[in-house]
Amino acid sequence: MLETAIKGSRNYWLWLAGLAAVFCLGFLVYLNQLSFGLGITGMNRDVTWGFYIAQFTFLVGVAASAVMLVLPYYLHDYKAFGRITILGEFLAVASVSMCLFFIIVDLGQPQRILNVWLHPTPGSVLFWDTIVLNGYLLLNIVIGWKILEAERSSIAPPKWVKPLIYLSIPWAVSIHTVTAFLYCGLPGRGFWLTAILAPRFLASAFASGPAFLIVLCFIVRKLTKFDPGTVQIQTLAKIVTYGLIINVFFLLCEVFVVFYSGIPEHMEHFKYLYAGHDGHGVLVPWMWTSAALALLSIFLLINPATRKNEKILPFTCVMVFVAMWIDKGLGLVSGGFVPSPLHHFNEYVPTLKEIMITFGVYALGFIILTVLFKIAVSVKEELVS
Amino acid sequence: MEKSSRRSFFKVAGISLLGISGAAPVLNSFAESQVSHTVEGSYVKNESTLQAKRWGMIINTKELSEDNVPSIIEACHKAHNVPNIDNKKHEVKWIWEEEFKHAFPTVNHDFLNERVENLKFLVFCNHCNNPPCVRACPTKATFKRDDGIVLMDFHRCIGCRFCMAACPYGSRSFNFENPRPFIEETNPLFPTRMKGVVEKCNFCAERLAVGKIPACVEAANGAIVFGDLNDPESEIRQVLKENYTIRRKPALGTGPSVYYIV
Repeated sequence: MLETAIKGSRNYWLWLAGLAAVFCLGFLVYLNQLSFGLGITGMNRDVTWGFYIAQFTFLVGVAASAVMLVLPYYLHDYKAFGRITILGEFLAVASVSMCLFFIIVDLGQPQRILNVWLHPTPGSVLFWDTIVLNGYLLLNIVIGWKILEAERSSIAPPKWVKPLIYLSIPWAVSIHTVTAFLYCGLPGRGFWLTAILAPRFLASAFASGPAFLIVLCFIVRKLTKFDPGTVQIQTLAKIVTYGLIINVFFLLCEVFVVFYSGIPEHMEHFKYLYAGHDGHGVLVPWMWTSAALALLSIFLLINPATRKNEKILPFTCVMVFVAMWIDKGLGLVSGGFVPSPLHHFNEYVPTLKEIMITFGVYALGFIILTVLFKIAVSVKEELVS
Repeated sequence: MEKSSRRSFFKVAGISLLGISGAAPVLNSFAESQVSHTVEGSYVKNESTLQAKRWGMIINTKELSEDNVPSIIEACHKAHNVPNIDNKKHEVKWIWEEEFKHAFPTVNHDFLNERVENLKFLVFCNHCNNPPCVRACPTKATFKRDDGIVLMDFHRCIGCRFCMAACPYGSRSFNFENPRPFIEETNPLFPTRMKGVVEKCNFCAERLAVGKIPACVEAANGAIVFGDLNDPESEIRQVLKENYTIRRKPALGTGPSVYYIV
């Protein structure tokens, strides 16, 4: 099926070339980081994880969201999703790949990365995170490929794929749970020290991932002869609605506990993020933008008229995606480090170089996504014609 | 093999490190400590090595002043080739001063004794009994020794900085850039670091190995007491018995081995 990836229109190649250019630029800057060190980033002694790890955390959610297609289809026999599960699985492959690249660019000594497996440390959540991420990547590549191959030849997929699919369901939950555990088991980091972090991660994942998938479905519908389907898009939109509402509810639960208990180490992070502290407040406008976008999206998604309106829905989905991205890709990681455990307020702002490397990784991820979607859609088009 | 020999650098007092050429400093400290050498490359512990079940420290803040604090910090940083980087963001520090409200943020209150409020506290790695950094490290690059000292293996660290997120005392530094150009005078008895790895106070494990007390303790002239917390007869236990001491963030359950007399 790979050959379908190299038979594309001029625009397809232009798009890939554009992405490749962004990737190359990012890679050049990465070489600079490799030779100088992580000092080219905006990170400091107090904020030791920045943009890279935040993107990783956010994208794990996008990856986990594939389960929102697989689960209804295979566990509840919701036939309509059979048409697009492959898109969810390939989105997961691209997202997890980006997650892994983001981890690599974040390492101070990337050439030693194999130490994680040469000296396995079951007590470290990071060790488990590499296991679940790589496992999930492998599962989705194998499942997605085999199902698509079978679909192309109009035969049933091999029997051994079924157990893998069932395995992939809890596995999807595990990638985001384990990623949340990276944060929420740390003493002295009041912002993350909450049992609801993993559920919050999952809720936001089930909003942002399907929202992104809806946007992709609209793009696929517009650019190709394959229509992912109105029913499918609408069901996804309902999933986004629930995911988003639950996420906002969880956040409010957090706000209640933190402010009603009144424990300073837990309150100060929220205060810093939403109100600033002594002139430190780079994230304040972002956080409020995120809150406003989330509330507006809920309004537009709950209302059937605006949810069903296919002119409005893509924009709503973009808003959901941006709201979740700000929440996880900016606020969650930086906000947890400020104030520091010694109660110093050292803010973090990513540098231009850091952003260029980030774009480079995203470009690479989008190349993977484009090629995989091209393959999937080509097969679907063959079947349509 | 390599792993065990590297660990033995810290573990076995004599510092053997077979087969590493150009290890002149190591060999010097060898000679200095008169390691006895048995047959065929097996080494026994240096008799003068200082040993304990659980090393601990007491900082007597009453004895700290502007006169001795800078020299304590300097002694540590010189002994361990800690770079002096002006850029605050990239700074590396093993031991430094903090105000009470930063060293003990959860104990700080509105009506603090004036002396304490203005006092500078020396803070560094607490060598916790239950170190969160060790739990977090995915490669065992940071590990706790049997005598309670929490160490860093600079060669195994992948620079993920998970230990820094886990440490509730901000005791760890990351080499955001190559630290070597920022070392004014390199001490050949201790390795310099490279970019991209984490480092922190090591309770002078390398000095204990050759029978010396930690550099800060030596420079403090009695303001810092060092000893075996598990030995009821030790000096440190006597001082603990006679003085009211506090530890940083005891509620977190990390079990710091550093005590403060306020």
